[in-house]
Amino acid sequence: MHIIETDSLTRRFGELTAVDSLDLGVGVGEVFGLLGPNGAGKTTVVKMLTTLLPPTSGRATVAGFDVQKHAAQVRAQIGYVPQLVSVDGTLTAYENLLIFAKIYGVPRSERQPRIAAALQFVGLEEASHRQVRTYSGGMMRRLEIALAILHRPRVLFLDEPTVGLDPLARQVVWQHLRLLREQYRMTIFLTTHFMDEADSLCDRVAIMNLGRIAALGTPEDLKASIGRPDATLDDVFAHYTGHDLDSGGNYREISRNRRTAARLG
Amino acid sequence: MKSLETGAPPPAWVETNSPGRVPSRTTGFLRQCLALAEMELRKLRHDPTELVTRAVQPALWLAIFGEVFTRIRAIPTGQLRYLDFMAPGVLAQSVLFIAIFYGIAVIWERDLGIVHKLLVSPASRAALVAGKALAAGVRGLTQGCTVYFLAWLLGVKINWHPAALAGVAVAVMLGAAAFSTFSLIVACIVKTRERFMGIGQILTMPLFFASNAVYPISIMPEWLKVVARVNPLTYEVDSMRALMVVDGRSLYGVGLDFLVLAAVTVALAAVASRLYPNLAQ
Repeated sequence: MHIIETDSLTRRFGELTAVDSLDLGVGVGEVFGLLGPNGAGKTTVVKMLTTLLPPTSGRATVAGFDVQKHAAQVRAQIGYVPQLVSVDGTLTAYENLLIFAKIYGVPRSERQPRIAAALQFVGLEEASHRQVRTYSGGMMRRLEIALAILHRPRVLFLDEPTVGLDPLARQVVWQHLRLLREQYRMTIFLTTHFMDEADSLCDRVAIMNLGRIAALGTPEDLKASIGRPDATLDDVFAHYTGHDLDSGGNYREISRNRRTAARLG
Repeated sequence: MKSLETGAPPPAWVETNSPGRVPSRTTGFLRQCLALAEMELRKLRHDPTELVTRAVQPALWLAIFGEVFTRIRAIPTGQLRYLDFMAPGVLAQSVLFIAIFYGIAVIWERDLGIVHKLLVSPASRAALVAGKALAAGVRGLTQGCTVYFLAWLLGVKINWHPAALAGVAVAVMLGAAAFSTFSLIVACIVKTRERFMGIGQILTMPLFFASNAVYPISIMPEWLKVVARVNPLTYEVDSMRALMVVDGRSLYGVGLDFLVLAAVTVALAAVASRLYPNLAQ
């Protein structure tokens, strides 16, 4: 059974069709990547699946619940790391976790052990009582992962999880995501415009272009499918979409990426 | 799927997440509101400079405007000294200023992605809005302490009766809740800080001057009286005037004042809960 399923999921913004009749199924424990350039509609898909944005037409279910009709149930089952840096810099890591534990309804007796476990999981115990504004970008991202798993969700959504991070910090984030899947069989749905991220992290990748899925499969299958033995995902992308990954993106998205990058420092 | 072959994972997380463990809606609502207010207090504790900068404006109003107008006796305030008359007005005003710019903080949280994360949490929209209102109330209370201290320094005859203090606290919380919720609605509509700043400026001055904060309604021209009577700030000031200073009197009755403020807050909160999700779209 699929833990995430979409059926002709569509979202329009005025004239623009950001997501066009998307049909997807993601299995339990899978790391699924939505790969595409800025402006391909990746964030719109994540916003619909996380109940932030209502679809224009079509439907989607997450953990068996319809994202529109049973939004509250969906929210109880998912964790979300937005593209923007969503931790409060004035507070300490511990305080960020404590407030979210309360908002998420983690029972009082379980709060401290869960916060301790989450801090340990992302390796931030030592820094837990420092204000988050003193953190490096990689530490902030790790704290966001800790925040998103406090309530033990079944599905974790991450929107461009490593934008603005240096190569080493990216590796650490990937390591933690792999660990989540291995230890807790968590399903991970992420968007990225980095080929290497999709290649090294994802079980299956959907290449998204102009609101549609251009190709879908394991990174190996995708590379094999274009009939060149030494193909990279870049080649696959160019093959299916007719242009490079760097093209595309509008002012708003690029400025948002830059802002995230600037905050992560 | 490579994942499923890599050994048997402990499915403990999935089980603890069964729907049977979801607490009742009311306790959940209260807990979420309190968590958001706690967040506000913790932020304030880390960065208390704001308490000082926020004290400047009421200090100027009381020490300069208040002292001067007390001397020239230009404004008829009955048996009350002018400074005693205006002190509750200055309290209401400074709470208004904090609350009306609350939307800026919300837009900031939107730019950070905190709004997105709150909206993806199981907290209801109403709880998120009420939590913000409560947080604004908590901030209003800290400002209330500042204004009390300033007023006491300047010799305002403060009513220190515990019941009166508690009543003022209620008025501060209600006023802050009403105007911060209003501010949240504006933030949901304009969505950017630049536009919000402009609108915030446009809103605060008329709300302040078209009220009984620094002069009684009785000396206003007829049209302004009408505006002042539909201005929620008037009812906030009216209750504070009765409760904060010795010999202070309410025109409408503290009960009615609180009722008006509470009704306005609930109505605005209902609108804000509908609009709040727009911030993440």
